[in-house]
Amino acid sequence: MKPQVLTGEHFINGDEACAEGAIAAGCRFFGGYPITPATEVAEQMSVRLPHVGGTFIQMEDEIAAMTSILGAAWTGIKTMTATSGPGFSLMMETVGLAIVTETPCVVVNVQRAGPSTGLPTQGAQGDMMQVRWGSHGDYEVIALAPSSPQEMFDLTITAFNLSEKYRTPVFIMSDEIVGHMSEKVVIPEARKIRTVSRVKPAGRKDRFKPYQPGLLGVAPMPAIGDGYNVHVTGLTHDEKGYPVMSVDTQKEMMDRLLGKIRNNLDDIILTEDYRLEDADVVLVSYGVSARTAYTAVEEAREMGLRVGLLRLITVWPFPEQRIRELAKRVKAFITVEINMGQISREVERCAGTVPGFTAGHHGGAVVPPDDVLKIAKEVLA
Amino acid sequence: MKHDETAGMAHPLEDLVRMDRIPHIWCPGCGIGSVFTSCLTAVKQTNIPYNQFTMVSGIGCSGRGAGYINIDSFHTTHGRAIPFASGIKMARPDLNVIVFSGDGDLFAIGGNHFIHAARRNMDLTVICVNNLTYGMTGGQVAATTPFKARSSTTALGNPDTPFNLPLLAYASGATYVARWTMLHARDLADCIQEAILRRGFSFIEVLSPCPINYGRRNREKTLETLKKYHDNTIVKNGASPTELEVDFNKGVILGKFIDIEKPTCDEVYRRMYRPPEETTENRKSR
Ligand SMILES: Cc1ncc(C[n+]2csc(CCOP(=O)(O)OP(=O)(O)O)c2C)c(N)n1
Ligand code: SF4
Repeated sequence: MKPQVLTGEHFINGDEACAEGAIAAGCRFFGGYPITPATEVAEQMSVRLPHVGGTFIQMEDEIAAMTSILGAAWTGIKTMTATSGPGFSLMMETVGLAIVTETPCVVVNVQRAGPSTGLPTQGAQGDMMQVRWGSHGDYEVIALAPSSPQEMFDLTITAFNLSEKYRTPVFIMSDEIVGHMSEKVVIPEARKIRTVSRVKPAGRKDRFKPYQPGLLGVAPMPAIGDGYNVHVTGLTHDEKGYPVMSVDTQKEMMDRLLGKIRNNLDDIILTEDYRLEDADVVLVSYGVSARTAYTAVEEAREMGLRVGLLRLITVWPFPEQRIRELAKRVKAFITVEINMGQISREVERCAGTVPGFTAGHHGGAVVPPDDVLKIAKEVLA
Repeated sequence: MKHDETAGMAHPLEDLVRMDRIPHIWCPGCGIGSVFTSCLTAVKQTNIPYNQFTMVSGIGCSGRGAGYINIDSFHTTHGRAIPFASGIKMARPDLNVIVFSGDGDLFAIGGNHFIHAARRNMDLTVICVNNLTYGMTGGQVAATTPFKARSSTTALGNPDTPFNLPLLAYASGATYVARWTMLHARDLADCIQEAILRRGFSFIEVLSPCPINYGRRNREKTLETLKKYHDNTIVKNGASPTELEVDFNKGVILGKFIDIEKPTCDEVYRRMYRPPEETTENRKSR
């Protein structure tokens, strides 16, 4: 039998690294549906899962794939699905069910250019607002953006840990370029990988409330058959999980759902600074675009321009505070992303009077560093 | 308030009902409650501990079933009870997974999931309350509404042909197919019990009145519907699925039509995909 964690150095692509990260994190169920450029995640999971006692199932569509991982998650295990734009759109109603039933799971979106069928084999970052707002109603999400195959491995583990800790779906917002790029991926020894599992309830079963907030505002979660006899519904529900059609219960539930994310931002938000100490212009970027931005910083510095990079590892919840602080001392923000201005709106919202620009791309390729430099030069001229 | 001791013995199904959620939402004269009672009776009759069961519903009046059974139960999204249940089943094959939902939920918005779960012989017990309409949203036309019947979106009569659900289930690969009406409470409970105790995709269609949103519009009182269920039905076990369209003028056939043994989705997956040292069957045979 193959080991659960393939410790060692590998030369694999981002999709495969994501699958290995999931296995290492303890994922034991994958429900999927093929779609370029995410298919390799499913293929790798189909090979790996049965060898670690897990289950792979290819469902009839992405709605079923997303729904199956919620059912499986309630048996007490860690579950995942992976898709790209068209499939991500189909999953949206079920994403809401995951959020409102506080069901931990990981959803990978290896983004391709849209709208609609778009450019199936070419990368983009056009689903960044969809992941934030794509399901109906009001809610918070956690979304991470890996910039390399190594991060596809590392951040998939982080995603599982956050989803278990906060009882919520966590999204890996990758893209075709990172998904299909092969690079060295170092997989550590199993004992050096930190994994988190959901808190299980204790105490009297008849008094248990599946949505009564505990540590960090998150309720412990029983598994089917544990004897807690929980009822789980997508209707507005009280702490017992029972539907209550009232404005008060709606408020209570929403406060809980939003609160568990909003009150723990420091624990959830991960960012990385590069040459920000003396920067006049801050590039804000994430995922594959952060690689472009990194090159742009190097080239700008060679020209004597004080440009730095704030890389968003966690894109949602958005690091508002960080942008506000930077805005006190910088001249401009340039958001580098493969869309025509999505995360840049967030940056501009938080930047106050400091001007914000978008170094965007219509999709299908990375933003050329020169496009970023051109804006930086104009700003600093 | 002091408990009413004069009430005598507790209801025999009280331990399976979320009494703290009663009264339920179903209208007077609605048949869903009777179907639900037969389902609970079946669960009880199996003598299997309740924590080895789970119930999954979609959305609709019938879909509220999961909210009233006192076991781990899931009220999911419209049409998606089957994939949710399939996730549970594949992750925990030892659980008895019951899907309790309406005809609109299972066969219109959820039709794709139904045929694929049947094809795979997913080990689920699927109970469909067929009231010939979308009850919860006010009686619109459904995939089961009889030709020419009136609904809120077919004021001049349904121009379309309804599904023959047992035929659809059989053609898709279901290994157990039966039909009863809510009036046949005893037969229905026994049928559900049998379905729970066997392995494989079991489908049970239950005809049930929606007096408020279907009966009224089609000038049919609840008692008349029940009379039809009694007088215009024929029990014919083993009947060919092709002769099972719902036409009370010709007589509606009830009974168990299909009962085939076939390995289930989870069994085949374990056997073909899990390394041999891991499967319990192998461990036992060594
Ligand atoms: C995605 C989605 N579309 C539509 C609805 C509205 N809706 C709620 S119940 C229902 C029909 C239910 O009909 P059926 O399954 O036959 O159950 P019944 O109410 O008749 O028992 C519809 C269309 C919804 N909840 N979700
Ligand atoms: S609307 Fe129809 S199906 Fe729904 S509870 Fe009332 S009678 Fe029953």
